[in-house]
Amino acid sequence: MTDLANHVRNLDAEALDAELAGLDALEFPHEPRRSLGHALWSATWPKLAAIGVGLGIWYLVVWSDWKPKYLLPWPHDVLSRLWTDTANGKLPDSIAITMQRAASGFAIAVLIGGTVGVLVSRWKVLRVAIGSFITGLQTMPSIAWFPLAILLFKLSEGAITFVLVLGAAPAIANGVISGSDQVSPLLLRGGKVLGAKGFGLYRTVTFPASVPSLIGGLKQGWAFAWRSLLAGELLVIVPKVFSIGARLQNARDLFDVPGLQSTMIVILIVGILVDAVVFGTLERFVRKRWGLVDPAG
Amino acid sequence: MTLTDPGTRIDDRGTVDQPAVAVGPVVSDNTVTVRGATRVFGHGRERVLALDGVDLTVRRGEMVSLLGASGCGKSTLLNILAGLDRPTTGSATVEGRVGLMFQESALFPWLTIRNNITTALRLRGVPRNERKGRADELLASVHLEGFADRRPHELSGGMRQRAALARALAQNADVLLMDEPFGALDAITRELLHDELERQWREHGLTILFVTHDVREAVRLGDRVVLLSSRPGRVKATFDVTLPRPRHIDDVAVSELAAAITTELHEEVRSHARD
Repeated sequence: MTDLANHVRNLDAEALDAELAGLDALEFPHEPRRSLGHALWSATWPKLAAIGVGLGIWYLVVWSDWKPKYLLPWPHDVLSRLWTDTANGKLPDSIAITMQRAASGFAIAVLIGGTVGVLVSRWKVLRVAIGSFITGLQTMPSIAWFPLAILLFKLSEGAITFVLVLGAAPAIANGVISGSDQVSPLLLRGGKVLGAKGFGLYRTVTFPASVPSLIGGLKQGWAFAWRSLLAGELLVIVPKVFSIGARLQNARDLFDVPGLQSTMIVILIVGILVDAVVFGTLERFVRKRWGLVDPAG
Repeated sequence: MTLTDPGTRIDDRGTVDQPAVAVGPVVSDNTVTVRGATRVFGHGRERVLALDGVDLTVRRGEMVSLLGASGCGKSTLLNILAGLDRPTTGSATVEGRVGLMFQESALFPWLTIRNNITTALRLRGVPRNERKGRADELLASVHLEGFADRRPHELSGGMRQRAALARALAQNADVLLMDEPFGALDAITRELLHDELERQWREHGLTILFVTHDVREAVRLGDRVVLLSSRPGRVKATFDVTLPRPRHIDDVAVSELAAAITTELHEEVRSHARD
């Protein structure tokens, strides 16, 4: 121990530098690199297996003759219908219409929900006044808004957008609010010590610190938006606009079960893709950036 | 919980209510001056006396260790000195710009450490085109030049605290208030950071108030060790550390003085068992 004491005592500046550098090199976390192919495969095979199992169950149900074949056709008939309708452009056209509605509605929801969220998290009075109201709004099933929306906007795009925004905006606002609630007091203290106050503190610390929660709110908002949108498209059929929802309703009216089921598959795929690809990627990126990933995990 | 009436105590000491924190040039040799600072939290029966007539001065360029067990109100005192809180009665003045460092680095996790420092420079009003260069200089001064583009969570605890030190220096702080900054580090890293802090202290002519509950660390670093009592926080004793620098935490003389202070600290802690 005395040896170490003498050793450290006698350190001149150069030796201190060397020792710090050595310690940095030792302490610096090393991440084992995995090949891209390996990563892709380990992310893909469980999904492929799940699809396989799902198809198997579907075949079993059809094969059991639980329902007649014209009500519950073979999966390969549905899939071939999915292929032809994709190839002849009918499905892509419907997807384009629906996604356009989704995108514009979601953008409005982000704008409104984000603004309300920022205002409510900045002002205590507003918080007390409408904080719980926002959560209440979120629990309200979007379908319950449609009768009013149809009266207000008639059978138009406006009615669908109205309900979509009402479904998604509260979730987004709540993401912003809970994000700024959960900012570590240590970071706020750190920001104040650096001289940030008022809106500067919000911009420098509170907002960036709440981004992970904000992404969660966006993701949840999207789920609400997507549900409200399809409910809306089934109820509010705008003439000559052949959206996904209109397609579904039309297939039901015409007893076109392969058409109906292939459209349902499209809804499922779009939902999964947006959730996993858009929000999943965003979430992973933010979690990594913000240091919320366990390096051992 | 100790419920004391602070009013009586202040009258006993004859301390006068003075204007609270004032930052600016004061004609004296003291950089930090605390006079009869009292801080009460809560009202009525719920009132808690965190600080009770604390008197403390730190001279320019001095490094003072503030030592205390739990409940000595050291965080309250640092908050007051950093301008994040005000004393209920009494005064606390700090001459010069204050930097504050915590046990956790309080670096912003979403920014690289370079951008953490440019943020401090921005808030200080340094023009945009000078920030990056200044940040890189500061990082080099704490030997983190190779890690400027890393984020805090990609660094070790010791590296984070050095980055936090660089950020405090970026505030152009004259006075550095440190709240157990090395408390969460392993022994070797901690010893190296003692050396590093001593070097920065000399190079920048800093005035440092270093809060710790580690007696040997207090003796290793301080020109003086101020012992605070707990609940309420009061200055119990002050020890001058005349040992020559550089010192090391394992020096026999450091250990001897630390043992003497530890005895007092134990006495202080024991006295609370009778409450």
